Amino acid sequence: MNTAAFERVKLARDSQRPTGLDYIRNIFDGFIELHGDRRFGDDPAIVGGIAMLGNLPVTVIAIEKGHTAKERSFCNFGAPNPEGYRKALRLMKQAEKFGRPVICFVDTSGAYCGVGAEKRGQGQAIAENLMEMSTLCVPIISVLIGEGGSGGALALAVADRVWMLQNSVYSVISPEGCASILWKNAAKAETAASCLKLTAEDAKSLGVIEKILSEKEIGKSEFYDRIRALLAKEIEELTEEPELVGNRYDRFRSIGRTAVVKE
Amino acid sequence: MALLNFLKPKNQLEEGGRTAAPVQRDDGEPEKNCPNCHKDIPLSRLWANDLVCPCGHHFRMKARQRIRMIADKGSFRELFSGVKSDNPLNFPGYKDKVETVRAASGETEAVVCGTAMIGKQKCCLFVMEPYFMMGSMGSAVGEKITLLFEYAVKYRLPVVGFTVSGGARMQEGLLSLMQMAKTSAAVKRHSDAGLLYIAVLTDPTTGGVTASFAMEADIILAEPNATVGFAGARVIEQTTKKALPDGFQKAEFVLEHGFVDSIAPRGGQKKLLAELLKMHDGRFCL
Repeated sequence: MNTAAFERVKLARDSQRPTGLDYIRNIFDGFIELHGDRRFGDDPAIVGGIAMLGNLPVTVIAIEKGHTAKERSFCNFGAPNPEGYRKALRLMKQAEKFGRPVICFVDTSGAYCGVGAEKRGQGQAIAENLMEMSTLCVPIISVLIGEGGSGGALALAVADRVWMLQNSVYSVISPEGCASILWKNAAKAETAASCLKLTAEDAKSLGVIEKILSEKEIGKSEFYDRIRALLAKEIEELTEEPELVGNRYDRFRSIGRTAVVKE
Repeated sequence: MALLNFLKPKNQLEEGGRTAAPVQRDDGEPEKNCPNCHKDIPLSRLWANDLVCPCGHHFRMKARQRIRMIADKGSFRELFSGVKSDNPLNFPGYKDKVETVRAASGETEAVVCGTAMIGKQKCCLFVMEPYFMMGSMGSAVGEKITLLFEYAVKYRLPVVGFTVSGGARMQEGLLSLMQMAKTSAAVKRHSDAGLLYIAVLTDPTTGGVTASFAMEADIILAEPNATVGFAGARVIEQTTKKALPDGFQKAEFVLEHGFVDSIAPRGGQKKLLAELLKMHDGRFCL
């Protein structure tokens, strides 16, 4: 049981898994990348732009981990800095202005832990995304494709629909971090992984996500075709939803309702 | 993230009161050693000065004591005190931990919410409790904060909030993480209703609380020398393998980088809050 959850963590971290850019290139047509947060710089850990989903223009935002050592180092191993989250928010606001749905692919061990990131307000950048995404007037779908590491992942996942790949994980803290804090022993990460309930099945039963995506033929064209079709259908339904923003509020409002006792 | 704040060197945690027990002086009066000036200060003197050392060091303060300091006498009405954490993930040891903390702190959860008058200005008030799992945010904390902002929208009241938190409570896993989104959405509704929210960040405000409602206020104040940040300092040091700059993640450092409006020493907080509330009471709207 313990191993099962931790095996998922290892699978989710596997550098051979498709990355954000693989999803963008294979699901959408004519992706045009748009850079920069207009405030400080451009964060290669987050890739964003406009693309066509079938015949519908959409805004696509992905956390990119890279495959090769060079790519992984270039995009900081998928650990975004504040300017990455601010770029994402800029593109989402742009999407709202032009009535485009937003699709996010999330894959990060967490927002970057660095002196520069703190100086530039990592916490504030994430907080602003959470706040602004909660009322964005266009449909948002977030797909967790690998690691869903805490606030750094949530900053792109305040969405109308949140889906997880079968072997992706979503957690408030890494199993290693949890084990070293609670049991002063990072080697107990396997136990922590099991306790944290971080698998796609766990997230679904906790009501945190709507859908688990099968990894059958992962990386092949059939795999991407299937996700494209699911996204297109869901966007169509969300576009017709008059209470989109209200429903999004209720979605997050009701998660974990059973986790508290009211006397 | 957040929780990693607990990985800070032990000497940074000791002033938190978890370990810094007062020592008995020869003449019988208990004293507390100040981690800043290293002098032994009589407890009575600290209590008389809102737990601020003559050297200026701000000791951690229990939520109820803070409410007594900030709210007009007898004006505080507690709300949502019955909202408590369950153990949604059946996390090992969590239930016992919460029961122990409840008994020791006298609080049911890591935040106290209600309405109060501050300098005759009515507001909603939340104060986080450092002595309850270092103010960590689980489902109950998120729910109480959300209920308070919803209440404030309903009755068109400003919100004043004192934060202190190691971040999201890992024993409630993903459900704790979701509180960041839930509280942020509630703050946004309050903000969109044109209402004022003032946050006062106290030591330490980190992780998931920094990355949600602590940083979402219209006006953000911080107590002197309070640790304010997202990632834990030691984690950053381990990740980057570089020494941290002096004063890193201290309130003054965060002010210098533009993420808080002002440093607010405890002695002047009530007056400052009252003035700010008064300037936003609606009479001066164009």
